Amino acid sequence: MTKPKFVYVTYIATTRERVWKALTDSEMTKEYWWRRANVSDWKVGSAWKHQDYDDPRLVDIVGQVVESNPPHRLVVTWARPVDAGNAAKTSRVTYQIEPYADVVRLTVMHEELEPDSDMLRGITSGWPAVLSSLKTFLETGKPMSTMTQRRDRPPE
Amino acid sequence: MPRHVDKVFKALADPSRRELLDRLHANNGQTLGELCEGLHMTRQAVTKHLVLLEAATLVVTVWRGREKLHYLNPVPISEIYERWIGKFERHRLRALHQLKKGLEENSYD
Repeated sequence: MTKPKFVYVTYIATTRERVWKALTDSEMTKEYWWRRANVSDWKVGSAWKHQDYDDPRLVDIVGQVVESNPPHRLVVTWARPVDAGNAAKTSRVTYQIEPYADVVRLTVMHEELEPDSDMLRGITSGWPAVLSSLKTFLETGKPMSTMTQRRDRPPE
Repeated sequence: MPRHVDKVFKALADPSRRELLDRLHANNGQTLGELCEGLHMTRQAVTKHLVLLEAATLVVTVWRGREKLHYLNPVPISEIYERWIGKFERHRLRALHQLKKGLEENSYD
């Protein structure tokens, strides 16, 4: 068993079904995830892509669906398109959606990341923002203002 | 919701707890034993601090076999950040932070 590099948790006052939909439905991801779409049929073995909602040619992440058990657990591989098929540069993300008292506990585990890579640096700033935005979106119906548009580069 | 924010601030208000978060930031996924190494705190004190950090969800745990691993969970800090920092301030703040860092590092040359 490998040790996950990062484990992120957020508690959301909603249902497991809505969390699953919010992670897998482009119409929802675009609202809180820097206007990105997560595209797949979410069947085991199928490909999935993380791409720009308005311009699908802009693909950030590609991978395969490893496990899919709606609305409980989703496991996908995760790589930049140029690194697709390169095992050393392919990591793995597990989404676990569990009931917790009267809310839902969403756990995101990111493992098998290449040490000291841009991907590792990117996800450590990305996941906390995405998950807090998802929580706000599901609880209030409104996403965080910083998360509704394509993530632009900071001015140098 | 407000109660959770209170827990986050209370958990962050203690230097020993911030030190534990720093240690997880440097090396994520540690057992209690690993976290205690080289710390001037008893194992009981570390355990007590971890309970408060877990209640605030600043620390989350995962079992790997028989080992309980502790992870830094910055999601609540991200919520605080998003609450008070606007979309356009973000880049300016980053630039200011870089400037401060650069100037402070250079002053030791």
